[in-house]
Amino acid sequence: MTILVIAEHNNTSLKSDTHKVVAAAMDIAQYSNANIEVLIAGARCAAAAQQATKLAGISKVLIADHVCYEHQLAENVGLLVADLGKGYSHILTAASTTGKNFLPRVAALLDVAQISDIISVESSDTFQRPFYAGNAIATVKSNDAIKVITVRTSAFDAVDENNDVAMENIDNVQDAGLSSYVSSELTISERPELGSARVIVSGGRGMQNGENFKMLEELADKLGGGVGASRAAVDAGFVPNDMQVGQTGKIVAPELYIAVGISGAIQHLAGMKDSKVIVAINKDPDAPIFQIADFGLEADLFEAIPELISKLS
Amino acid sequence: MKVLVPIKRVVDYNVKVRVKSDNTDVDLNNLKMSINPFCEIAVEEAIRLKEAGIATEIIAVSIGEKACQEQIRTALALGADRGIHIETDGNSQPLAIAKLLAKIVKEEQPQIVLLGKQSIDGDNNQTGQMLAALTNMPQGTFASMVKVDGDSVQVTREVDGGLVTLQLSLPAVITTDLRLNEPRRASVPNIMKAKRKPIAVKTPEELGVNVSGSLEVLKVDKPATRDAGVMVNSVDELIEKLRTQAKVI
Repeated sequence: MTILVIAEHNNTSLKSDTHKVVAAAMDIAQYSNANIEVLIAGARCAAAAQQATKLAGISKVLIADHVCYEHQLAENVGLLVADLGKGYSHILTAASTTGKNFLPRVAALLDVAQISDIISVESSDTFQRPFYAGNAIATVKSNDAIKVITVRTSAFDAVDENNDVAMENIDNVQDAGLSSYVSSELTISERPELGSARVIVSGGRGMQNGENFKMLEELADKLGGGVGASRAAVDAGFVPNDMQVGQTGKIVAPELYIAVGISGAIQHLAGMKDSKVIVAINKDPDAPIFQIADFGLEADLFEAIPELISKLS
Repeated sequence: MKVLVPIKRVVDYNVKVRVKSDNTDVDLNNLKMSINPFCEIAVEEAIRLKEAGIATEIIAVSIGEKACQEQIRTALALGADRGIHIETDGNSQPLAIAKLLAKIVKEEQPQIVLLGKQSIDGDNNQTGQMLAALTNMPQGTFASMVKVDGDSVQVTREVDGGLVTLQLSLPAVITTDLRLNEPRRASVPNIMKAKRKPIAVKTPEELGVNVSGSLEVLKVDKPATRDAGVMVNSVDELIEKLRTQAKVI
């Protein structure tokens, strides 16, 4: 039995999601004695593949380097993974917007189910996953020969880079010719990505406008963290959607999560309640966020945040 | 062009569901059911395509128990022209749903299939992509903008780092994200009119699709609860707790 992990990368380096998916694969391997192989599909992606050869717990890196894989178009990557994947017992990738995009195509082409967003491995064919916005956890057994799985990366700890395995070129060009890349507007930030940040400072409707998020950025910079937002803040137009933490945004589990001016709708809690330590700052003593916070501070955020920034200096 | 809009009947998004005491499933008895919010956005987008003179006919299709005809009626009241109901026990998994929809795509030959990116009950986020693969169509998932241009469509997608725009040849599958549009409400005259719009009823047997799934739910649990911690009285106390007790700063 061999497990195939599809790496998440930007052609030059791996995203930390990949390290976490390998951790999930190792949990499966422990029950099935399987080897783990990592596929890098991209264009001019040798550097990312080189980094992948260091991933702990794996036995081989496969590299499919072709311009048709450059932008991770689901039609092309889907065909490639479905073709390669026939020989594997499990196919895993991150439940990121990339993984969620192409992996269901793979499952459909292989005529098997996909198990989305697993948070734990119970055996080689049984997994736990949240549904109903995290209000229930299902234990699901797959009866398919090939298990196709997306992994909620916040539920797994990244593996180290202390290995040195061989790399194999895969000469398999699958250009469906159905779609093409036009452009992207990516948020450029010096701060860590929400998925891998150790500390996250998030703002809600209480921030009142986008300008006030500068305060949170300053606080995040003091703590070496990233900045997130609730859906209310995104819907109000304060900040872009890629900052959204919650069931319909990113699911995070940093060591420290500071919720500022966030009431704590179920939708938001579903995205951050697995954080190690939660701090809530809100002037409403009845805000539901206080019911799950480790440390609550009932205060006007426009006084508390500047004070916090100055006292952390 | 024809636009096909698959929609799902789900528990209303304002309702907090509870796990049954025997841990077999969640308890949906007597809860308010609605059209899945992402599907509502898909219906709205289809209507806007029709208002812009691009779409000529909107077909709403739903798969499940007889009661999901209520949600088809809602879509008809909003502006869909006719409905298709595929009657099942309501427990089908995404792959079976995608296979049923693929049969409807073959019959109806829509140029665009617009679906929600995920349902708020199963949270699978699979059906649109699976349908696209089964029908060999391109896909624009998690769309925040859709622009039809001749025989292709540009879709701007919400991705982890920002936005990405793709060009897809038609026919194509598009799945909606939250910011694509703000769905309208149905007017009373339109609700009355919708009662006369046709809904065709089909079965998986007629369509030749085996809807049994390969996943078994062994049990359903409540999520681990998190206890409330302590309230602190000042920023100083907060910093002190984070440093010495939690040791995270």
